Amino acid sequence: MIRLPQTISILASREIRDGLRNRWVASTILLLGTLALALSFLGSAPTGEIKVGALEISVVSLTSLSMYVLPLIALMLSFDALVGEFEHGTMLLLLTYPVARWQIIFGKFLGHTAILLVAILVGYGGTLGILIIMGDGSTTGWQAYSAMMASSLLLGCIFLNIGYLISSLVRERAVAVGAAVGVWLLLVVLYDLGLLSALIIDDGQYISEGLFSALMLANPADAYRLFNFTGFEEVGRLVGATDVGAGFESGLVAPLVALLLWAVIPFLLTIARFHRREL
Amino acid sequence: MPVNALHAIELKAVDKCYDQAVVVDGIDLQVDRGECFVLVGHNGAGKTTLLKLMLGLARPSAGQVMVLGEDPASRSFVARRQDMGYLPESVSFYPHMTGLELLGYYARLKRIPRAEIGWRLEQVGLHEAATRRLNTYSKGMRQRLGLAQAILGTPQLLFLDEPTTGLDPLLRRDFYRIIDDLRSSGTTVVISSHALSEIEAQADRIAVVKQGRLMACGSLLDLGRQVNLPVRTRLAVNSESVAGVVRQLEAHTRIDKVDDHGIDLLCPEDEKMSLLRHVTELGDVVLDVTMDAPRLDEIYLHFMSEQQT
Repeated sequence: MIRLPQTISILASREIRDGLRNRWVASTILLLGTLALALSFLGSAPTGEIKVGALEISVVSLTSLSMYVLPLIALMLSFDALVGEFEHGTMLLLLTYPVARWQIIFGKFLGHTAILLVAILVGYGGTLGILIIMGDGSTTGWQAYSAMMASSLLLGCIFLNIGYLISSLVRERAVAVGAAVGVWLLLVVLYDLGLLSALIIDDGQYISEGLFSALMLANPADAYRLFNFTGFEEVGRLVGATDVGAGFESGLVAPLVALLLWAVIPFLLTIARFHRREL
Repeated sequence: MPVNALHAIELKAVDKCYDQAVVVDGIDLQVDRGECFVLVGHNGAGKTTLLKLMLGLARPSAGQVMVLGEDPASRSFVARRQDMGYLPESVSFYPHMTGLELLGYYARLKRIPRAEIGWRLEQVGLHEAATRRLNTYSKGMRQRLGLAQAILGTPQLLFLDEPTTGLDPLLRRDFYRIIDDLRSSGTTVVISSHALSEIEAQADRIAVVKQGRLMACGSLLDLGRQVNLPVRTRLAVNSESVAGVVRQLEAHTRIDKVDDHGIDLLCPEDEKMSLLRHVTELGDVVLDVTMDAPRLDEIYLHFMSEQQT
């Protein structure tokens, strides 16, 4: 087991205890578990016809779902992280303790990530177990499913960090809520609609497949979807992504790099911003 | 840290502006090790900002702040916060923690052994409420818990921002007793306060701050001399000798009030001793002498009323 520096683990464990106390952990597990089970059982009906394992079908439906739900959960966990403590006055005291500012953010990040990790492991992992046991015992597709779980955690981390960035930029908690919902709408809902409309209007004139790919990768939710839909052949065949064209043969690497960038950049911006902030 | 850092805290020509508003304006001051330094001034005079500058929570717009020989806003100072305690004005805590959990959390951050938590809670009289959630605590209890966290590990430097507001007289006494204990173990204490009458007994030196400027700084005696407020002297005299004594002293000092039992004199600080000699020359007619140096609140009012800018 990794031994974290003590200060960071103290800060992280306070966040986890907070999450347990206000039922964030329990409700997130319940939400993800219920959705995963419901989708998997509803989705396994057509299995026989297209000859794809139940796990791949679950990957498709869970990816489409997680894309909306996880960013929202992550943002709700994190939007408050800094601005809430500033507004409530607890940050003032914390900053007079022997704690570096980056440690505060990193501690919160680890605590929140642990909450998401447990929720994904129990909610999605539990469903995986049930699907294997209740199916014919076949485990084909477990790699795609595991990759989906890992990338879901990464997607959650990205939106945690976006939430911290919002939290470090605004002065009021109420503004942070609005901004968090706005960012969610923009990145998760409106971006796709915009892209789709652009494609329709453009009618293949200016938007090349390469540009389209880049635009997809530029958005964390789409990069996550690409990672899961095009990274594994079986899954890709299921969603028909391979039919879209050569531009989509992005494999695992490009979406993964895009996701990692989305995770790291807001985090670093938050630290830079937080270090400049005075009380 | 430079071992020979003479002062616990040193401010050199410090300015602090927030969006054009000048909150601290060219302040120079030093706080010596082990001393109790008190900041007095109106609300908004810049006391809290001065404390935040000393704590490294804010950076000066100009000038230099040194605490224990280092810049408190620098990243390398983080470890030195081990040696500091702070009780903010209107302290707030995580409402869903218990007193015990909260103190445990702060003690872990300062690497202070768990054993200290119990007796700190006892010291501030919260041991019975230790397992209650903080959102059930009264203002006074929160303030006591605030003090408990500030003095964890017996810090070298203790900053208290309006520490006794909201405390009843009994708690105030306990509060100052705890501060005295700490001072006897060498802690440097910086207090900002409005409670002039209770703070003057605590202070080694007092800084009067007005509109971000340092009006005066020194011991109560120094400040009294500086404003040259007269010392009030009361002579107890038999009623039949009052008139005679008045006649003899008129030439030497200002007589403020005369009644059947005595005489009130007002004399400048520097003429106090010569007045006493004149009084002793009078012999047995003077039954008793009491002298009152000007109190902090009088001195404070004097500073606040002069030089309106």
